[in-house]
Amino acid sequence: MPKAASPVPLLKKVPTGITGFDEITGGGVPAGRPTLICGSAGSGKSLFAMQFLIGGIAQHNEGGVLMTFEETADDIRKNVSSLGFDVDAFIRKKKLVIDFVKVDRSEIEESGEYDLEGLFIRLAHSIKAVGAKRVVLDTMEALFLGLSNQAILRSELRRLFGWLKEQGMTTLITGERGEGQLTRQGLEEYVSDCVILLDHRVTEQVSTRRLRVVKYRGSTHGTNEYPFLIEENGISILPITSSSLDYQVTTERITTGVKGLDEMLGGRGYYRGSTVLLTGPAGTGKTSVAAHLANATCARGERCVFFSFEESAAQILRNMRTIGLDLEGYVKRGLLEFQTVRPTMYGLEMHLVRMHKLIQQGKPEVVVIDPITNMQTSGTLADSTNMLIRLVDFLRMSGILGFLIGLSKGGQPSESTDEGLSSMVDAWLLLRDVESNGERNRLLYVLKARGMPHSNQVREFLITASGINLIDPYLGPGGVLTGSARVAQKAREEADLRTAEEEMERKALAFEHRRKSVEFQIEALRASFEADKAEFERLVASEKSRLQLRQQNQQTMARSRGLKIGSEKVRRNGGNTE
Amino acid sequence: MTSEASVLKENSELFWDLRLYVAGQNPKSITAFSNLKRLCEEYLKGHYKIEVVDLFKHPERAKGDQIIALPTLVRKLPEPIKRIVGDLSNSDRVIVEMNLQRPARRGGNKDLTGKDLTHA
Repeated sequence: MPKAASPVPLLKKVPTGITGFDEITGGGVPAGRPTLICGSAGSGKSLFAMQFLIGGIAQHNEGGVLMTFEETADDIRKNVSSLGFDVDAFIRKKKLVIDFVKVDRSEIEESGEYDLEGLFIRLAHSIKAVGAKRVVLDTMEALFLGLSNQAILRSELRRLFGWLKEQGMTTLITGERGEGQLTRQGLEEYVSDCVILLDHRVTEQVSTRRLRVVKYRGSTHGTNEYPFLIEENGISILPITSSSLDYQVTTERITTGVKGLDEMLGGRGYYRGSTVLLTGPAGTGKTSVAAHLANATCARGERCVFFSFEESAAQILRNMRTIGLDLEGYVKRGLLEFQTVRPTMYGLEMHLVRMHKLIQQGKPEVVVIDPITNMQTSGTLADSTNMLIRLVDFLRMSGILGFLIGLSKGGQPSESTDEGLSSMVDAWLLLRDVESNGERNRLLYVLKARGMPHSNQVREFLITASGINLIDPYLGPGGVLTGSARVAQKAREEADLRTAEEEMERKALAFEHRRKSVEFQIEALRASFEADKAEFERLVASEKSRLQLRQQNQQTMARSRGLKIGSEKVRRNGGNTE
Repeated sequence: MTSEASVLKENSELFWDLRLYVAGQNPKSITAFSNLKRLCEEYLKGHYKIEVVDLFKHPERAKGDQIIALPTLVRKLPEPIKRIVGDLSNSDRVIVEMNLQRPARRGGNKDLTGKDLTHA
């Protein structure tokens, strides 16, 4: 929740127990003083007042008195029981008194001087009976209708409020909205401490309830108009002005649920708590991308709230099953919550309050809004932008990943959004379709992703029976090739590759032949060389033996001339030679 | 605080059951009571009863008759219940509103008058 407006309590305040109101006013209504709640018929004044009383009893054990001038005690009992409170039990336990004051002009005649002491006595009696701290006077205007002496009435009302203050009663007075002034009877004149205005406006057939603190003496308060919601458990107000940019950020990443997309976003997916915008024309698979995110979130055991403004939960579940995502189990386990409602069902503010509330109740990690574009149908463009910015702020503040889906129209520049959210979001994914070769194909690219390296590629995006598949891009002369052109290109590239391979093989074979022939030649040369070598060696050997023989002969001759060396041998040798 | 005519049978047509709510003995209460008493004596002698309820003493009784302003005179009988607030200083108003028209009726309606007289 955003921080309360007032840092220092200057004035003692009484919490009303109305969701959001105590935050706007920094604690509630002024203690021991009267507060005026004005608004037109059906703006929720009585409910506001009643919730204040019930809150006092249930949460603070403070007795309360309801003095009603319009509805009977029985009606009130029924109305409040529908809010889930057992009024009878409060009455039995002496915590609550409902006093119906019937003021009927036709039954009251006036003659002479009078005062409203009877009302004082009744109030005092009721206050005493339950030890009340809180008093509600529901539509005092009835008194003006029932009694004609305005002078007496006005002085008595002044006295009444003074008296209530003296008694230390925290009082809520409701008053009908008047022309040109806050209340028809100018009650604001008497109640000078705190004035709250409830409004119920219809713009383009869509109604929105709003609350504004017109005046709060001695206290700071939010001055804006706050939308509020009346639901089964009463009024809940959304304080949305706190849009300061001081939220926490994390470096933690969470997967997109699509492998290829994770890769495009620096390999790790979105930042936790960031805001992602996905835009694309109709039929480009935006919801499927969101469903993948939801699937991945729930698979981690985290919670996801899926706001769908176009399709029913059953429809989404069926459609996603055909692309291999079974989300039904997560819905049953309570991890995935579908919130499907027509955008025109409520006003924008109401949507915001409702979403706020559901998000606070569900405490999801991921919120999908499909699509944001439709919000325009329940308000003007400026209003819907405003609302979305506040929603994005709230999601960031709560550390929830917001996945917003925007439908871009054909012919519109895709790099802008109607909602003007482009600068708000942290990551922006763009889906496109291109028509070529008689087919339409989907492309996805990351237009922006703050704080992470991301792919600059445009990738083709296939929705298959087993989910989304991102395919590496094939670039052709006219840009990225998609669909059958991509398939054709792929085939062509494969053929080229095969040809090159074959050529290589052929060359290798030729080389091998060459090598073999060279080797053969080397072998032949070597053989011839060997032969030459053998011949040469043989020649050398024979020359050697010839020289040896000659030497021997010389020795033999020398011996025969006088030297005695082995007579027999010499003889024989001598016989063979000279 | 019943009037002297308490013995009278309570016939809604003929008997005025009046209740005056006041808050203590303030000037308005006193004026209202004396005005009422005077008118009743004048027009309804013997056929009325006035109960004065002091809400200071019995605050719980304020709810029953839907009292806001004081003093308030409530005509319980004859029906329908009528209320008049203020100190009753505007006698004509009280006479018309509370239908204190006995003398006029006495002349206009013989039957009623006869019955009335025998009871009185």
